[in-house]
This record gives sequence, structure tokens and C-alpha cells, in this order.
Amino acid sequence: MSSQLTAKDFASSQEIRWCPGCGDYAILKSMTKALADVGARPDNTAFVSGIGCAARFPYYVNTYGFHTIHGRAPAIATGLKLANPELDVWVVTGDGDALSIGGNHLIHTLRRNVGLKILLFNNEVYGLTKGQYSPTSRLGTRTPSSPDGSFDVPISAGQLALGCGGRFFARAIDTDKTGLAHVLEQAHAFDGSALTEIYQNCIVYNKDVYASFTDRKTAHDTQLHLRHGEPMLFGKDSERGIAFDNERYVLKIVDASTASDPILIHDETNEVIARLLIALDKPVALGVIYRNPAVAYETAFHAHHPSNMQRRRSVADVIAGPNSWQVE
Amino acid sequence: MTKNPQLKSIVVRLAGDSGDGIQLMGSQFAVSTALSGSDFATFPDYPAEIRAPAGTTFGVSAYQINLGDDPITTPGDSPDVLVAFNPAALKVSLPMLHPGTLIIVNNDGFSARNLTKAGYDANPLDDDSLSEYTVVAADIGRLNLESVAEFGLSKSDGGQCKNFWALGLLFWMFDRSLDSAIGWLDRRLKNAPAMRDANVAALRAGHAYGETSELSAVEKVRVGEAQLEPGRYRSITGSEAMALGIAAAGELADRQVLFCSYPITPSSPLLHRLAKLGEHGVGTFQAEDEIAAVGAAIGASYGGMIGATSSSGPGIALKTEALGLAVSAELPLLVVNWQRGGPSTGLPTKTEQSDLYQAIYGRNGDTPIPVLAAASAGDCFDTAIEATRIALRHMTPVILLADGYLSNAAEPWRIPDLSDYAPIESHPVEASDSSDPQRLAFARDASSLGRAWVTPGMPDLVHRIGGLEKDLSSGHISYDPDNHQAMTDLRRKKLESVANFIPDQAMEFGDDKGDIVLVGWGSTRGPLYQAARRTGTSFIHIRYLNPLPKNLGELLSGFRSVVVAEMNDGQLSTVLRDKLGIQPTPLTKVTGQPFLISELVKAIEQERSKL
Repeated sequence: MSSQLTAKDFASSQEIRWCPGCGDYAILKSMTKALADVGARPDNTAFVSGIGCAARFPYYVNTYGFHTIHGRAPAIATGLKLANPELDVWVVTGDGDALSIGGNHLIHTLRRNVGLKILLFNNEVYGLTKGQYSPTSRLGTRTPSSPDGSFDVPISAGQLALGCGGRFFARAIDTDKTGLAHVLEQAHAFDGSALTEIYQNCIVYNKDVYASFTDRKTAHDTQLHLRHGEPMLFGKDSERGIAFDNERYVLKIVDASTASDPILIHDETNEVIARLLIALDKPVALGVIYRNPAVAYETAFHAHHPSNMQRRRSVADVIAGPNSWQVE
Repeated sequence: MTKNPQLKSIVVRLAGDSGDGIQLMGSQFAVSTALSGSDFATFPDYPAEIRAPAGTTFGVSAYQINLGDDPITTPGDSPDVLVAFNPAALKVSLPMLHPGTLIIVNNDGFSARNLTKAGYDANPLDDDSLSEYTVVAADIGRLNLESVAEFGLSKSDGGQCKNFWALGLLFWMFDRSLDSAIGWLDRRLKNAPAMRDANVAALRAGHAYGETSELSAVEKVRVGEAQLEPGRYRSITGSEAMALGIAAAGELADRQVLFCSYPITPSSPLLHRLAKLGEHGVGTFQAEDEIAAVGAAIGASYGGMIGATSSSGPGIALKTEALGLAVSAELPLLVVNWQRGGPSTGLPTKTEQSDLYQAIYGRNGDTPIPVLAAASAGDCFDTAIEATRIALRHMTPVILLADGYLSNAAEPWRIPDLSDYAPIESHPVEASDSSDPQRLAFARDASSLGRAWVTPGMPDLVHRIGGLEKDLSSGHISYDPDNHQAMTDLRRKKLESVANFIPDQAMEFGDDKGDIVLVGWGSTRGPLYQAARRTGTSFIHIRYLNPLPKNLGELLSGFRSVVVAEMNDGQLSTVLRDKLGIQPTPLTKVTGQPFLISELVKAIEQERSKL
């Protein structure tokens, strides 16, 4: 295969069965384009998913695919990556799949830094089971299982990722082609676990839950697009910026032209600032928020293995053990 | 103990606190027994707590070994020699003894405090409560400390050598060379020379004590050499044999093995063994939980390695959903269950065979999985190879049932020649007119119904698999009603097809027709064989539990009564009723202890009297 593959080459022939208008379509489109743009090869790429709307993703991508069971995709993908570290392995998951039933696997995948590109489609609701509140639903979310509003405190994917030692955390919006393409390419290039949270609009059960910051008309005021080494500016004319409040140890919004505190320069490796950026709700931080490479698990696994998983000796050489005797 | 210059067999039981080093002492005695040429079987019996409160009856750790020149297949019903390190060890062992048993006690261990802890009002060494036994009381604790005094160890470190002191005494009794134990100490305590020297000194002191003391009650024991089939032998435990078998299966299949596991008793020894077999193309992954362990193993199989996992009943329960995925996606997988007492946490360190229903029936949906059971420690090697062979041939998960007894028990094992085993084969992608890789990936071998093992990275074979129902011929997702019926039929037929590849059920002992046949499976083979032999009863031991061998029904129909002996509440009896429509008589035991030959003999005689 040569490098002139296009997005179309990565689209499968399967009929897509998401609801019309679902944010998943936009993500799929950006994904197939990103695969073409990074020069991926279908033969050498695998998508592994769990259960949920997002988990149907592997059927719609023309690569190897494994639609597994609820929450377990990171575990299964870990085995696949250990068996064949040369593969590009993507995990597609949702907020219920990754953060509720599969939370343990996500935690341990991230702390081990297994070379999986994990796409977390967060729509703050259980879609496939018809609209119950999810672990990321905001307090007070009314659903069939929380008719008077949910009172579970929601979990933050980003705080979880950093809390368990994750080395890469990025965010994007489903319909933001530029922003999503950027983080997908960065995730692809990262040698280790790359968790990308994608704000995904469930038009049936949680429509417009992200409208406050995804509306294109007001996006320049509600979105902070981060680039490593560049100042954290937003607003129509980049007239505002993010600075560090030295008294309260929080981030604050300042006027870029008159601010006495310096505008922060985005440093992807700064875990403390990354946590503050994840918590920022207006504007919402997007792009690669934290990236701090470390040895990928599969690399360490093979490096610590006495023979790089090769068969160097026959069982016949050791089967007798230290003590054996002959019976005539 | 009979004062017989040469015994056919002798049962020795070592018992003490869980911190006394009883298991180590027992395994060293087993090694020396093996090297002396006797046949033997061992039974390590220890509490669930790592260091249970000292001196208590529930904290007693024991190791029983039966050795002799007769074929030895069980650790023995009743000890002829008991070494008891404290009152609690004596108390829990007494019910097993018979008149004349030689009891060697550590006199120092019988303090007022320890007697109270064991629930003794008076010291049994001082009254006549042990009069039907031969009791030798030696100050093992004091004599041991004297023997290691010159090495400058703390009292606690020095005291730890007393198991080797007692081992030395046993070696004297059995006329054994000290070399194997000293060799082990040299290797194990290479970096702790003082401890090494102290243990060797204790061993020699115990030996010399036997030589020089006037132990009129103790005679040197001579046990004949076993009449074993010629060949090279070693001592092996079930977990060692299983690890070697899994590595050998990888070699025979020319595939790497990824063994993924989460720590659980009594399964963990297999993980530890395999972690040392890296150079044989084996990798081990300690997962975050049981589900991740089976998940990673499935992922490894999807990636072209032999995925394997192991656990005990509670862990297998957690893996169950993933086993269904492997059935649906048609991926090979080896699942070892080291059964233990249940339900729930149950008796973690005690043995049981109560996960047979779980293995055969315990999944959502119609989800057939082949099930095999290992019959002895050494048999774990062959069964692991056989289970892997089925997994790759039929592209299915396979459950291999072992148990806590097999994991730790040791026996002499004739070392097999790996070149005697046929290679393990999987199905390659067949050349076909179809250009749809999905169809190619689900093209099946006609006899085994196993599909091609297509793995990511293979050129031009991009396809998708999963847990959703798929079309019988194209392999694409299908919700078609008739197709689900056809796929359910296919999965059943695939399981049934396994029976075409396995050997016919053979008689383990006796005629193939008669009044009574004793039927067993798994680790109970040893006591069942002896009971069958002593009572002249026909005996069948089943390795392939799902599907059953094709001739089994006919074979069993040659008997008026089918007695199924198992360490559960009658599970194989149910399975035989279900699959063969027969009415077996259950002979069950769920005490966490292996069958005694005597209780089996009694039960068989009772059954015979009813006919």
C-alpha cells in the first residue's frame, strides 16, 4: 500500500446505523480523514470497542476491528498491542463504557501507558439503553432513571486521566473538524496511552448539552484552543488570555493588552496547569492539554522479557528440572 | 508403626504452625524420596492465612506424603509417622492416626501457653491419652538453637532452622542422603551465607541426633524402590506440569503464548512458574482484575498469540462474559480453573471439584465450551497440550479443570519426550474465489468447524469480529432469525465435533462389564484407582467432560450400577444424567480434603451389598 490513500479508503461498506444527525458521523469522518492524512495502513490498524453507540465505530472503518463487551475494550486492546506492538490500535469508547463499567481498565491502561489511542465519545448520557444519566451527566440531569434530576457527582475524564498517571490527554468537539483532526493526529503520533475526550452531541437523549460552548457564533469566546509553546489567548481578536492567579492558585481570565500578570504559554508537560485547564469551564480548554511522554508499556514489556517474546529454548531443555533420576 | 525392616509403603505427616516451614520441609523430603527411587504422592494442607495466629488449631499447616514401592497414587489415608511441632498440630492430626503410629513431637512446643491455645487442659505428653501410639518427645527447639549458636543469628532467625533439624532426623530415619537438601540450601541462600550454614548445621544436627540418641522407639525405615516404567523421572507438582505444558503447547503450535492472570489462590503458582519460562516464547501479564486478564488473553489470541488465562472459581465467574465473546468471535483461548471450595470465597486453600456446572453450563446464551480435566499433577502437562490443541483446531475457548490439590501436590513423573507429540495446528486462510475478507475469515474447516485464524497485520484480510451475531456464511452482523438458529446449531455442532477427535473412553481398571463401575474425573483419580483395585471394581476416569467421549454411554451400559465419586454435591452425576440419560449413584465428599481410600472402599462395598 502506498501513501496516497484517502478518507474514502478507510470507510467501510457497512451501512451506518447511528441516528441521523448524531455527532458520531462527524467523528467518523474526521477519523477516516486523519487516518489517510497520517499515512495509516488498513492492514496495520485495528479499532477495538466495547458496548454503546460509539462502540459500533469499528464496523464503519475499513481496518481490522473488534467489537467486544461492555467496558473491556482497553483490556482486550492491551492484549492485542502486546501480541503485536507494530499495530496502530485505537480504542473507541463512551462515557458509560470507559468511565463507569470499564473504569478500572481505563485507569490501569493509562497508568501502564499502553500504546493505545483511546477515543472517549462523551455525550453525558447512556444512548444505546435509551437515555439514562451517565457518570459524566451534570447534577440535576433529568432522565428516565433520574426523573427528579441526577444527584451523582459527575466524573471528569481529564482529572481521572492525570490522577492515574496518564501521559496524554486531549479534547475536541465532534463537529470541529480542525480541532479534532489536530488531536487525532497528535494522538496517533504519541507513543503510549493517548486519551482523547470528544464532546459528542447525542441529538436524541441529550441534545445540545454542549451548546453553551460549541455554538460556532460564540466559539471564540467560549473555546480556548491550546497549542504547545503558544500563549493561551481567546476571543474574536485574541483580546483575552489566561493567566495564573498567584493568590488563589487558579487560572483567571485577563485582558491581553492590559494585564499585569503574564499570559500563560501553553506547556503540555506541566501537569499542574493541565489540571487547572481541565477544570476551566469558560472558556473550555481544547486541544492537547497534557502530553508528557514516558516509556510505553509494550516497549517495557518486551524490554523486560528475557528473549523479546521469542522462543530461544525448547521446553525439552528444562523439563527435567534440577533433580531427576533414571529408572531402568 | 510396624517395626518392619522393609515396608511396602509408609505415610508421613508433618504438622506445625503456618510459620514453621512445614511446606518447605515436606517438599525437601519429597525431593529426597524421589531421588531414593520410591513412588510417592504428597498433600500439602495449609490454612488460608499467611501467618495464622501461632499455636492455634486453625493455623496448623501440614504436609503429608505417602511413599513406597507399590504404585502410590494417594497421599495416604492414615499417617504411620507424625511429626508435630506443637500441641495444635498434634490435636488436629490425632483423628487421622491409627494405633501404633509413631508420633515425634517437639517437646519445647508443648508450653502451657501453646497447650491452652490448642484447647488442651493438660499436657497429653504427660498423661496416658497417647498410650496407643508410640511417642518420641525431642527438644527440637532447644537442640536446634544449640546447633546454630555459632552462626550469631538472632533467636528468631536461628529458630527458623528447626524445620531443617527435624528434616535431618527424618533423613536419618529413612536412610537418606543430605545432599539434595544441602544443594537446595546452597542455591536458595546463596546470598545469605550465615543462614545457609545454620540450616545445614541444623540438618546435620538432626541427623546426628537420630544416629547417636537412644531412640529405641524409632527404627530406621527402609522402603523399597518403586516398580516404575523405565525412563527418566522427576518430581513434579500440578502447577509446574501445567506451566511446562502450556509452554510446550506454544512450541508445538509454533506460536508465542501470552498468559494473562490476576492473583488468586490456588491459581497463582501457575503465573509464578510461567513468569520464569520467558525464553520459551511465553509472556506473562498480571492484569488489574480477572476480567482484564481474560480480556487481554482474548486480545492476544486476536493478535495471533496463544492467549491463556487461569483462575479459581470466583475469578472464572468474573471472566464468564468474556468467554462468551471468545465463543462468538471464534477465537482460541486456554482457561485453567484451579478449583477450590465454594461458594463465594469458600475455602480458598482447600480443594474441591465444584465448578463443573460452571464450566459446562455457566454462561448466558447457548454458549458451548469444551471442558477437560487433569487427573494428576503430571497429567496437567498433557491436558494443557490437549486443551490448546482443541482451542486452535476448533477456534474456541477451552476450559481446563484442575484443583487446589493438584496445584501443590507432587508425584514422580516420567519425563515425556516432546518429539512424541504431534504439532498443534490451526487453520490457514483458504484460497477462494471470494474477494470479501470477512467471508475468508469465517470460512470453516468442514470437520472441526474451526475458522481460519486471521490476525490484524495480515495483508488484504481486513475484517471485523465481535460479540454481535454474525451471518453464517459472510461473517457480517446479522439479526436474521433463521441465521441465529443456524449459528446456534453451528456452535453446538462445533462442540460435538470435538468428540470426533478425542480418544474413546478406556477402562482405567477392571472389566468393561459387571455389577458396579466407579466413575471419576479430575484429581480424584489416585484414591479412586486404589479403591477400585482393592475392591476389584471396574473404574472409568473421564478426561473429556464436554463433549463426553462418544462410547461412554455404551461403556456405562455394561454395568448395573454407575457410582460417580467426586468432591462436590453430585455435579458429574447430573451431567451424566443430562447427557446420557442414565441414573448414577453419587458418592460425594465436600470437606475440602481429598478422598480417603478407606471411605471409598466402604462406600463401594455398601453399594455392592444393595445390588
